[in-house]
Order: sequence, then structure tokens, then C-alpha cells
Amino acid sequence: MATETDNIESFVNQRYKHGFVTDIDSEGFPPGLDEDVVRAISARKNEPEFMLEWRLRAYRLWLEMTEPAWAHVHYPPIDFNEISYFSAPKSDKDRPKSLDEVDPKLLETYDKLGIPLHERARLAGVAVDAVFDSVSVATTFKEKLSEAGVIFCSFSEAVRNHPELVRKYLGSVVPQRDNFYAALNSAVFSDGSFVYVPKGVRCPMELSTYFRINAANTGQFERTLIVADEGSYVSYLEGCTAPMRDENQLHAAVVELVALEGAEIKYSTVQNWYPGDENGKGGIYNFVTKRGDCRGANSKISWTQVETGSAITWKYPSCILRGDNSVGEFYSVAVANNFQQADTGTKMIHIGRNTRSTIVSKGISAGHAQNAYRGLVRVMPQARDARNHTQCDSLLIGKDCGAHTFPYMEIKNPSARVEHEATTSKISANQLFYCRQRGISEEDAVNMIVNGFCKEVFKELPMEFAVEAQALLNVSLEGAVG
Amino acid sequence: MLEIKDLKASTGDTPILNGLSLSVKAGEVHAIMGPNGSGKSTLAQVIAGHEDYVVTSGSVVYKGKDLLELDPEERAREGIFLGFQYPVEIPGVNNAYLLKAALNAKRKHHGQEEVDAFEFLKLAKEKMAMLGMDPKFLNRGVNEGFSGGEKKRNEILQMAMLEPELAILDETDSGLDIDALKAVAQGVNALRSPDRAIVLVTHYQRLLDYVEPDVVHVLSGGRILRSGDKSLALELEEKGYDWVREAANA
Repeated sequence: MATETDNIESFVNQRYKHGFVTDIDSEGFPPGLDEDVVRAISARKNEPEFMLEWRLRAYRLWLEMTEPAWAHVHYPPIDFNEISYFSAPKSDKDRPKSLDEVDPKLLETYDKLGIPLHERARLAGVAVDAVFDSVSVATTFKEKLSEAGVIFCSFSEAVRNHPELVRKYLGSVVPQRDNFYAALNSAVFSDGSFVYVPKGVRCPMELSTYFRINAANTGQFERTLIVADEGSYVSYLEGCTAPMRDENQLHAAVVELVALEGAEIKYSTVQNWYPGDENGKGGIYNFVTKRGDCRGANSKISWTQVETGSAITWKYPSCILRGDNSVGEFYSVAVANNFQQADTGTKMIHIGRNTRSTIVSKGISAGHAQNAYRGLVRVMPQARDARNHTQCDSLLIGKDCGAHTFPYMEIKNPSARVEHEATTSKISANQLFYCRQRGISEEDAVNMIVNGFCKEVFKELPMEFAVEAQALLNVSLEGAVG
Repeated sequence: MLEIKDLKASTGDTPILNGLSLSVKAGEVHAIMGPNGSGKSTLAQVIAGHEDYVVTSGSVVYKGKDLLELDPEERAREGIFLGFQYPVEIPGVNNAYLLKAALNAKRKHHGQEEVDAFEFLKLAKEKMAMLGMDPKFLNRGVNEGFSGGEKKRNEILQMAMLEPELAILDETDSGLDIDALKAVAQGVNALRSPDRAIVLVTHYQRLLDYVEPDVVHVLSGGRILRSGDKSLALELEEKGYDWVREAANA
């Protein structure tokens, strides 16, 4: 099994390496970042003046900021002038024409993950026109949404067609100066998703980036904004369980969620960026800022994430519990294998009265990986009767990996009730032998134990996603033992 | 069914089995008795394929196959069951899930159709009723927070579900109250058949009051010193293990 995994990885790695030192396509910009590049991005996208001003302000703020160094991760310094900040989509002639031209090992991985056939071609980067047979599905989907009044489009479209909404909410949760990567993203973001659910509307289906036409090539600086107006509900699925090929090593996305009075947003992520090879070479740096603002009373934001990819993950989906009685939830499974490094967790900021938050974090480390949970629970002086429950469990596979927990609590109101539970366990040789003696192979035994460990989080995922996530975990940990 | 010849095995640098021979035929129940440290548990672990024990010489043939060539899971699927002395806890893994996976791994190996959730539950409830177990057991984590007696009953439940051809029970009777002991004995007796063999590894003769063995062996210093019928167990109980050692040295 181990060799097979290596083969898959080395194949994917090759492609990544190729992409990383890529020639700039004729339509792309040369590497480097200055005000002219920011202006050019905005011009290329035909953005209104306010958008350009917003980007430039972010760029100027970014210039004065320094890269954060507090995370429990290590990587060589990034030269931001080596990056090209606008690349045109890859032309079809460079892509495989059909699945027959795609490496069978990659297809094998898709097969193990149970990825539908029409999906595989898109993921493997086959020229889209040749395979995109789901346009009709997407069209029906769009019709249904517009009947309900839900806006779901690319960020660029939103800037063009709904500038008033973008202007009102963009940066209202994650301001440009929030942090180094958020500032960079604000200056140069390429595209992303925009969702607006009107008052009292329960979004008729789960929104997934897959159904957003033009979803391809959102680039390395993705921007997502979801606004749920009063009394509305939306469930949003991000990502994909298939190994995503991408040309760029640095990814710095920003996701902003706004829940107005009585609204609920459920945001589920399955992230499987290329993690680097078994020696820790290559792999995506995933430095993401995700934050939700429970702006109105009785609102709720729930983050569920399954993180298996990336060489380095730096990510803290957070909730600002501003409205009275608002609820924030964070359910996370983070897997780190080989030389992956993950520093992930959440922040729950209690501001309104009677606000509640729940944190369930499951970290799995294997190989030489380092997995850190970093969480902050802050109860502001005015947040009377705030409650938090944090549960933080780590599972170690093998003897060379590490798990770290950094829980921070800042409680400024004496009526708060805050609970923290943490456990660290190990898959022991005795557990594996016990399972094997019952006829279960070592690999199945590991999967069984890992899935048992994660089930509290998996049950928060939409059903189909949960099944995929389980399969993904099994593939991610292949060869982790023995 | 099982033919062990001149088996030597060690863990680390310590030899534990020193030329052990044992022959078990289908339909038989064997009891292996002996003082602490005599190698009883090592024998059970070596048959099951635990990697901490290295076989240095000798042979183990099971149903005509070289058992030492097989992985632990292959041995299990071929019908070898080990009832553990200290069943391990696997938190978060549902008891029913493990049991169903084990049952289906075996069925698949033998080209049989896998059981679905419904059939599985029916079968499990039947066996649990027989062993006087609460069906709630199925929904708990494997051995998680089980009492000593519950863990042993759980081993017997797994054995009853998997219907092994060769069951080795490693001190399944130790630490049990009389009710649990009777339940274990009942499970073992229910499994007795002309096609199966059972090996009871035990320190005391207590269990043998409920499960009558065909052959009793006394193990000491990694070798079988004496074999006899069930009266040997009674004699041991009366005279203690020193008697066997003295008799062997004489």
C-alpha cells in the first residue's frame, strides 16, 4: 500500500513542481507586487472605483505589516515579489483532452474516494468543454435559487451586479488591516463566491462551489462573502475531497460570514490541497482567514471542517457573537501525515448577552507531522451569562509525530461558564493486534479507530459530505502504520 | 487440526517456549495449565501471530497449512480465535461495528456474502440473549469502561459470533464472579462440536468444573511436562504445581 501511495504522491508532486516554477502564460502578469499591479487587477476585472480604492488601501496597509511568526509551523521565508498576482486560466491545449490521458494512479485515487465520473475529469484538469455534462444540472439549480431570491454567484459578478451589497458587507467582518495575509488578499484577491439570502428565506438547497459556473480558477487569493439576512438559513459547502491540483504554492483566502437577526449559516469545508511528498517537499501553504459575525440577536454560525491537505495549514474559523443569544460552533478534524504542519483552531468572541459557543476539535497526527490546536475564548465585560464548552482531542499514530494544544481564555465577565476538556491518545500496537486477531486488516483497523475518533465531527457534516470525508481520511492515512 | 512440533519462541532475548509440542484434534477440548511465567500466554499469542514473539525453531501446522506463514488477520479468517486475557479498550469504536467488520472480513475470505445490518443485529441479539448480555453492549465503545467481567463476556460474544474452528481462551476465567464464569462456560459449551477444537489456558481448575476437558496439559518452563485426562487437573489443584515440577525432574 505504501508504495502505491508514494507513487500517487510523487505523480501529483511532479505536476505541482512543474506548476510552481511555471512560465507565466501570455495573459498573466509578471511576478511582483506594487500599486500598478493592484490597479491592473482591478482594471482587468472592470471593477468600479470603490473597489479599486478598497484594494489600494489594503495594499498600503499590507506594506506596513510583517508576516506573523507565532504559529507552530516552520517554512522558508516567502518572497512575495516572486509571486504572480494574476494568471489567466490555463489554455485548453495544455490540458489533457480526456481521462485517457490522465495518469492512472490519480484516477485510482479518485476511485478510492468514490468521486463520480463526470467530476473526475474536472478535477484532473481535463479541458472543461469536453466534459462538462452537468451544465443543465447547474442551470436548474440557478433557476431554483433565483425563484427563492437567493443570490449565488462569483465574487466578480457580485461586484458588477450587486455593488451596493458588496460595498456594505465587504471587509465588515475581516477588515483589510486584520492580519498580514488578509491585507494581502484584500489587495489582490482574484475571485471567489458571493451569497446573499434575503429576509426569512430558507435556502432551498445546499450551496456548493461545484455548482457555481465559472468556479474554475478562482486562484490563490480567494474571497468569499456570505450574507444571511434576518431570519434566513443557508448551508454552504466548500472544497472537495479529491486531491486538488493547483499551480500555486501560497494560498491566502478570506471568508466572511454575516448572520443578521435570527439567521443561521452552516459552513462546511473539506480541504484536500496537495500536502507535499513523503519527505515534506512541495505542498500548498494554506493561510486562511475565516470569520463569521453573528451580528443580530438569536443568530447562529456553525463551522465544520475536515482538513487533510496542505503542507502548512494556518486557519482559525472564528465567530464574533455580537447579537444577544447568538450561537457559535466549531467542529474540526485536522489530519497531518508525513511532514505536514497544521496550526488550526478557532476564536469565539462573546460580546452579546447569553451567547453560547461550542468547540469540538479532533487532531490526528501521523508520520513526522505536527498538529497544533490554537483556540481563543474571549468573554467581553458586557457579555453576561456567556457559555462555552471546548473539547480538544488528539490522536497520535506512530512515534515521530506531535500534538500541541494552545487554549487561550480571556474571561472578563464573572457570570461566564467556560469548560475545557482535552485528551491525547495513541493508536496502540495492542489495539491493532486485537483487531487483526478478529480478522480485520491493519489498515481497516486504523481507519476504524480514526473514524471512531472523528465521528462527533462527521455527524455535523451534510450526509454525502460525511461519507466522502470518511473515505478521504482513510486515503490520507494510507501507509501511516507499519 | 493443530500440530505443534518442538516449538521454540522468544521475546527480545528471552526464550519462553523451549521445545513445546502439542496436538489438538477437531472435537476436542484441551486445558493448558501451569504456574505463572510458564509460557501459557506466550503459546496463545504465538498461535495468534503476535509480532512481539519470535519463533526461533519448530513448526505449527493448522488444518494442513504452515500457520507461521500467515498474518494474524489471515489466521483469524481461517478460523483461529484468541480470547484475550486483557481485552484492549478501543474508545470511540462501536462494539457492533467491530463485530460486524470482523464477521464480514471472515465471510468475505470464505467467499460468502457479507451480512447486512439487519441480519447482523438479529444474530447478535440471539447470541447475547444466550450469554445473558444486555443488548446495550452493542452500542458502547469496544471494551470502553467495561468491568473485568464484561470484557470477558464480550470476548465470548465475539467468539460466539465468529464461530471459530480453533478457539484459544487465555485465562478467560480469571477474575470472574460465579455468574460470569457460568456465562463464559455456557458460551464455550455451546461452541463445542465435532468440527471445532477449544484450548483453555487457565491457572485454576475452577472453569473445568463447568467445561469438561478431554485432555489436560501441564506447562512449565516453556514445555509440556505432563498430559492426562481431567483427573490431572484435580490432582494439580490438590498438590500444587511444585508436584509436577518435582515429578518432571525425578
